[in-house]
Amino acid sequence: MSSVRVLVGTKKGAFVLTADGARKDWKVSGPFFAGWEIYHLKGSPVDPNRLYASQSNSWFGQLIQRSDDGGSSWEPVGNKFAYDGVPGTHQWYDGTPHPWEFKRVWHLEPSLTDAETVYAGVEDAALFKSTDGGANWSELAGLRGHGSGPHWQPGAGGMCLHTIILDPANAGRMYIAISAAGTFRTDDAGASWKPINKGLVSGTMPDPTAEVGHCVHHVTMHRARPDVLFMQKHWDVMRSDDAGDNWHEVSGNLPTDFGFAIDVHAHEPETLYVVPIKSDSEHYPLEGKLQVWRSRTGGNEWEPLTKGLPQQDCYVNVLRDAMSVDTLDECGVYFGTSGGQVYASSNAGDTWAPIVRDLPAVMSVEVQTLP
Amino acid sequence: MMRVVLPQHLRTLAGVGAEISLEISAPITIRRVLDAIEASYPMLRGTIRDYSTGQRRAFLRFFACEEDWSHEPLDKELPAPVADGREPLLIIGAIAGG
Repeated sequence: MSSVRVLVGTKKGAFVLTADGARKDWKVSGPFFAGWEIYHLKGSPVDPNRLYASQSNSWFGQLIQRSDDGGSSWEPVGNKFAYDGVPGTHQWYDGTPHPWEFKRVWHLEPSLTDAETVYAGVEDAALFKSTDGGANWSELAGLRGHGSGPHWQPGAGGMCLHTIILDPANAGRMYIAISAAGTFRTDDAGASWKPINKGLVSGTMPDPTAEVGHCVHHVTMHRARPDVLFMQKHWDVMRSDDAGDNWHEVSGNLPTDFGFAIDVHAHEPETLYVVPIKSDSEHYPLEGKLQVWRSRTGGNEWEPLTKGLPQQDCYVNVLRDAMSVDTLDECGVYFGTSGGQVYASSNAGDTWAPIVRDLPAVMSVEVQTLP
Repeated sequence: MMRVVLPQHLRTLAGVGAEISLEISAPITIRRVLDAIEASYPMLRGTIRDYSTGQRRAFLRFFACEEDWSHEPLDKELPAPVADGREPLLIIGAIAGG
């Protein structure tokens, strides 16, 4: 019988939640790396027992941890993230030049074909790659070296490269997203990059349709249709049908189109999930009601999913990497909150139940479906 | 043998107790102590001083014989009681954060 492993990164450690395919009885393991911020952890699609975790805090900096037994044990691997060449400057919040400084790893994306290869998205924004299981890291400097780099500016959470998507049909193609520079694509395995933000409109920018500068919160793709991308921008839910070359808004009837998390159903490429958040100054759900909204039409037409979720006095946030899906026949959907709850639906969002309620603030949720 | 007291998180990371002992030849300076720590405990590389700049992390301080050595030159010789192991070098994390 299949089983599910949910990898949860929190403000004070990592947790591993496991259940069989029924997804009713859960075992909670952890905290691992107690007291550290775990921005993200994710397993290799090639070897599901190979996990990578980003461990950091303000005192001791960045560590990368690796597990070869599905999270039962871990070992620290390489943590040297050195920018290629002279780092140069990007824009600071006030528009003045600011030196590129490594702060932390926001996202780890294991290769689709090699368990030893993993990508890291870091703050200040850059993309690193390891081909030896995380022991050594080298920057794919073509991204930061894109001519627009000196004009990138941090979002409120820092200038982070938070999204990495590998194209399952095209080994040379990947997508990344940076707050607040926007989305970029490479077609040559990271050697060169182009901004793909045409169609995004950000009213807070001096030029609302500029090529770069958009605060993209998260981007997702269905494996079966790698040219179709969905984006939760700071405001606006967006869709591209041509690998990011052009975007159009699909916020439709959402009650607010601000948010962070967005994901796609495992078996229905036109079924999307977002968690609407009130605004950029009030990072919690509207009217204290925690709701996932689902579109079965690839956007524009959305329905609230509320069964099992708190519908009063709920003022948590759901961060950009804190939603994921499993690939069981009836798709499971999972998300974690800043209040420490991890909610799961084993019926594509129709009903929800908490797996755990009282973890530290959840920063990331990744799901592995195990044979 | 000289002695170093590490912050709790680094003890856990290195799998050591409150204090570690290091064999370092003279002159015993903070730079040479950090070099010896990182050689003996590679998992601590980058956690006490920044990889790229070599600078002490901002939320850590060095204390020797009840004196704050955080801003002393890295190549200045530590006091004799620390160098000969009668007193430990303290690496202390700031009490801050949530």
